[in-house]
Amino acid sequence: MSIELLAAPLIDLPQRWMAALLAIIALTLVMTFAVMFATYYERKVVARMQQRLGPMRTGPYGIMQAFADTVKLVAKEDLRPATADPVAFELAVFAIFVPAFIALVAVPFTEDWIISPMPLSLLFLLAVSGLSFIGFLMAGWGSDSKYALLGGMRAAAQLISYEIPLILAMIGIVMVTSSVNVGDIIIFQDKVPLIVWQPLGFLIFLTASVAELERQPFDIPTGESEVAGGVFIEYSGIRWSMFQLTSYVNMYVFALLGAFVFLGGWEWPFGRDIGWGYQLFLTLAKMSLFIVFYLWSRTSFPRLRVDQLMSYAWKVLIPFALLQIFLNGLVLVYDLPDIVLLITSGAAALAMVALVYRAVRVTPRVPLKMVSNTMPARSVV
Amino acid sequence: MDSGSGVLCRFEHDCCAVRAGEDRLPFQTLLDNWLAVFLAAIVGFILVATALIAARVLAPYSKERGKGISYECGMLPIGRARAQIHIRYYLFAILFLIFDVEAVFLFPWAATFAAAGKAAFWEMVLFIGILGAGLGYAWKKGVLQWNK
Repeated sequence: MSIELLAAPLIDLPQRWMAALLAIIALTLVMTFAVMFATYYERKVVARMQQRLGPMRTGPYGIMQAFADTVKLVAKEDLRPATADPVAFELAVFAIFVPAFIALVAVPFTEDWIISPMPLSLLFLLAVSGLSFIGFLMAGWGSDSKYALLGGMRAAAQLISYEIPLILAMIGIVMVTSSVNVGDIIIFQDKVPLIVWQPLGFLIFLTASVAELERQPFDIPTGESEVAGGVFIEYSGIRWSMFQLTSYVNMYVFALLGAFVFLGGWEWPFGRDIGWGYQLFLTLAKMSLFIVFYLWSRTSFPRLRVDQLMSYAWKVLIPFALLQIFLNGLVLVYDLPDIVLLITSGAAALAMVALVYRAVRVTPRVPLKMVSNTMPARSVV
Repeated sequence: MDSGSGVLCRFEHDCCAVRAGEDRLPFQTLLDNWLAVFLAAIVGFILVATALIAARVLAPYSKERGKGISYECGMLPIGRARAQIHIRYYLFAILFLIFDVEAVFLFPWAATFAAAGKAAFWEMVLFIGILGAGLGYAWKKGVLQWNK
């Protein structure tokens, strides 16, 4: 290879650096306002579901609430326990936020609005969103607080357990579409969105994504009545708000991923025929559906116990996710009609719901066993 | 690099080269794709650092011994928090590792198996079946039982 060929990519490098940098800065601004809106929206929606009004005082209908909160959080003293590990404690904020932010780079908002058109973007999104548990472990270990350590350990256990059904559900999608690129998966759904052919995969994704976001009913690592806030307990002021910011960014990322992979993203219906404005509308509308679901689940479901949480991932979600992969493979290899996929996957989804419903209805005997058979005294976790 | 000879070439042919619109070198597409990720990591880092510095400037700060004590329901904490951790976390981490490695194998297979035919499918069923049997064994042995 000659020297000109080797040097070729470096010639127009400054322009591409500037273009990418400008796009990322624009994305940062949009993200900040989107998160501020999400905090306001969550409070309003949850309040309405509980027959309250929510914030009403700051501005008309309380729309300035998020700005007031920001000012308050920036101007609040942030404390660090004297016995905390300073490196782990401080770096945890970066370790949680940066992966969530990086994920936005590979998100195709419309056909052309994507910062980095990487070929393996689905794999990238899954890999990057799975990184946050390192930050939780750092925060839990670094805080030198028993609740923080409990919360950090629980967060790590939960995040890695629910990572697997999430990935397996995505593998089902990759099998059908023969692509690991989110853009190609969206284009594949120009006639019918994939939720029709993969209802079981969709159900698994929906549950696992709520667990990955640590939102109710899967908020065991941060449950205030159990571990008093978990890893966030020693964080205050701006560091705490960085954790909250990250959780909302993650919520947007998972809502967008679900919208792209199961609901047809910017393509279905007629996305490519009409234009980018309509495509952006489709993306945002489908993303909002997921976000409303995440808020709705917060008001509707009671929190799980930690043993129920782990059993649900390993004994229900993973076997059913493997079943979905098997069904996809059978239909694709033996050229069965697509309707077979809809019927079998739908039946399996119903079976999963029925199984969980039955398990919930059974009179719980576990707490009695926990009382009679306590853990060794030395392990607090 | 001829297209269609392997998984990587396939993806490159399908996405990168077509998207870029010309016959770019592999190194060039790699640079295009990861440049933005690299920049986003830097911008994200600066964003958090800016927020922390802004708070350092704006927020009040008063030194008091009570503020340095970690929270334990309002009482003075008893002992250090760096306690031993139950073995079950380790077992779940090992199980996760097994399935995560499986997922790494599954992704390239899932993208190409439809073209490779029945043999590729049943081989992977065998592979997943062995792992499933392992999960069943762990289940039977009570590894998945949180409180025993």
